[in-house]
Amino acid sequence: MGNQEHFRVWRGDDETGDFVDYDVEVNEGEVVLDIIHRIQATQAPDLAVRWNCKAGKCGSCSAEINGRPRLLCMTRMSTLPPGEPIVVTPMRTFPVIRDLVTDVSFNYEKAREVRAFVPPEGVAPGDYRMQQVDVERSQEFRKCIECFLCQDTCHVLRDHEENKPAFAGPRFLMRVAELDMHPLDAAAEQGLNRKEAAQDEHGLGFCNITKCCSEVCPEHIKITDNALIPLKERVVDLKFDPLIRRKKRARRA
Amino acid sequence: MTVATLRTTSPEAGAGRAAIAARTLRTDRWWIPPLTTAVGLIAWITYATVRVFMQKDYFVADYHYLTPFYSPCISNGCVPESAHFGTFLPDVWWLPYAALTLPFLLLFRMTCYYYRKAYYRAFWFSPPACAVAEPHAKYTGETRFPLIGQNLHRYFFYAAVLISLINTYDAIKAFETGDGEFGIGLGNLVLLVNVVALWAYTASCHSCRSIIGGRLNHFSQHPVRYKLWGWVTRLNGKHMQLAWLTLGTLALTDFYIMAVSAGWFSDPRIIN
Repeated sequence: MGNQEHFRVWRGDDETGDFVDYDVEVNEGEVVLDIIHRIQATQAPDLAVRWNCKAGKCGSCSAEINGRPRLLCMTRMSTLPPGEPIVVTPMRTFPVIRDLVTDVSFNYEKAREVRAFVPPEGVAPGDYRMQQVDVERSQEFRKCIECFLCQDTCHVLRDHEENKPAFAGPRFLMRVAELDMHPLDAAAEQGLNRKEAAQDEHGLGFCNITKCCSEVCPEHIKITDNALIPLKERVVDLKFDPLIRRKKRARRA
Repeated sequence: MTVATLRTTSPEAGAGRAAIAARTLRTDRWWIPPLTTAVGLIAWITYATVRVFMQKDYFVADYHYLTPFYSPCISNGCVPESAHFGTFLPDVWWLPYAALTLPFLLLFRMTCYYYRKAYYRAFWFSPPACAVAEPHAKYTGETRFPLIGQNLHRYFFYAAVLISLINTYDAIKAFETGDGEFGIGLGNLVLLVNVVALWAYTASCHSCRSIIGGRLNHFSQHPVRYKLWGWVTRLNGKHMQLAWLTLGTLALTDFYIMAVSAGWFSDPRIIN
């Protein structure tokens, strides 16, 4: 037999909602998603929650536990303060569909706005050859499971709905950084300047590098230090550093 | 199961977000880091401001100890032995003796990627902590004046490198006593630790990381820059710690030299 814990789960839809209290059994080694499932099984069969792998790899069960954006399946009950109510809400940056399930389509729209990898001319797929040292930076970004916790916690989006059209958010600026660092991306040859796009189309300037995206990343990707700041510095090369611009012009001449 | 009586309205009404009015539901003491940052920065700025306008107790002639807050000393009010680069600024109370370099050091730290995070959180509450709503109705970040100026960080980095060279010269010069002989005292060690810490902080800068190699897409074609980039990257991981460490070493070095200069205690000598 485990012990009893007090849960406060936000329940509602896109118009209204309440916190609903549940007293529920908790056993050793369980994670918050286990408890949500127990509430479903024993007290609230209509409680909506999105989940899939239960292993921290699918990015489906993103929510907020005691106000902190986290994966339900990767938050052990033993890490939460004992004897205190555990508050579970949906991600607060996105429209809620029902209970703990949010509509994250904003992120898919932003993903589509980032123009895809441009293959180098004359190199067929399968013939790409790259040195490990040239791709290892980007490999860190490829660990992203698209849980969108970074997008949820980023105050530019979370506290300012009006910024959503202009700001892609950390996840997709990281994607731009990945492509801009890619040794074979031939976007520039096609007239696409990814640095310029980062600043002018994806709103890199909105980021004030307060690092919440890095803090919540369940894959521990150093989004700010390794993607956003290097991308900002690359934009500086392009837009704010006349010395670099002059050097590049001289090389082209 | 009980339904809570609290019925709330979404702060982003119309956006379809969950109707939760609370600014944050965090239950941990999220306010401690920004408060600690604010207290630390205010304390340091207060000390530094008092010291740069004191215009005394900044140089120990017997051992050539010059505090970094007065380096290079270029005011007509400077003790002649402390002025390694000549004096040309008027000696007025509102002009620090190192007025040529202090603004660049201030701007280097103000535009530093770590300090930006620190003061955006601690002073501007943008945001005060992760998942804690900021109080501002509008937010434009670093997209327009004056904050778009943060992009000039690399120029202040270049200036900081030059100033670190001057600090290094001061630390080396301090091995010469007033009589022209070689000597080592506790003050030398303090100056040395400070200058090593300053170099570490300067080299760990994000702009430095980009300049050294971060802007390259083909590390394999630039093995030396790749190696250097790796070193800077390792240092860069400690940028926050180095930022605070150097605030500490700067204040401590200045205080030590002030204390010796004012005669509060004498510098323990190891050699001469």
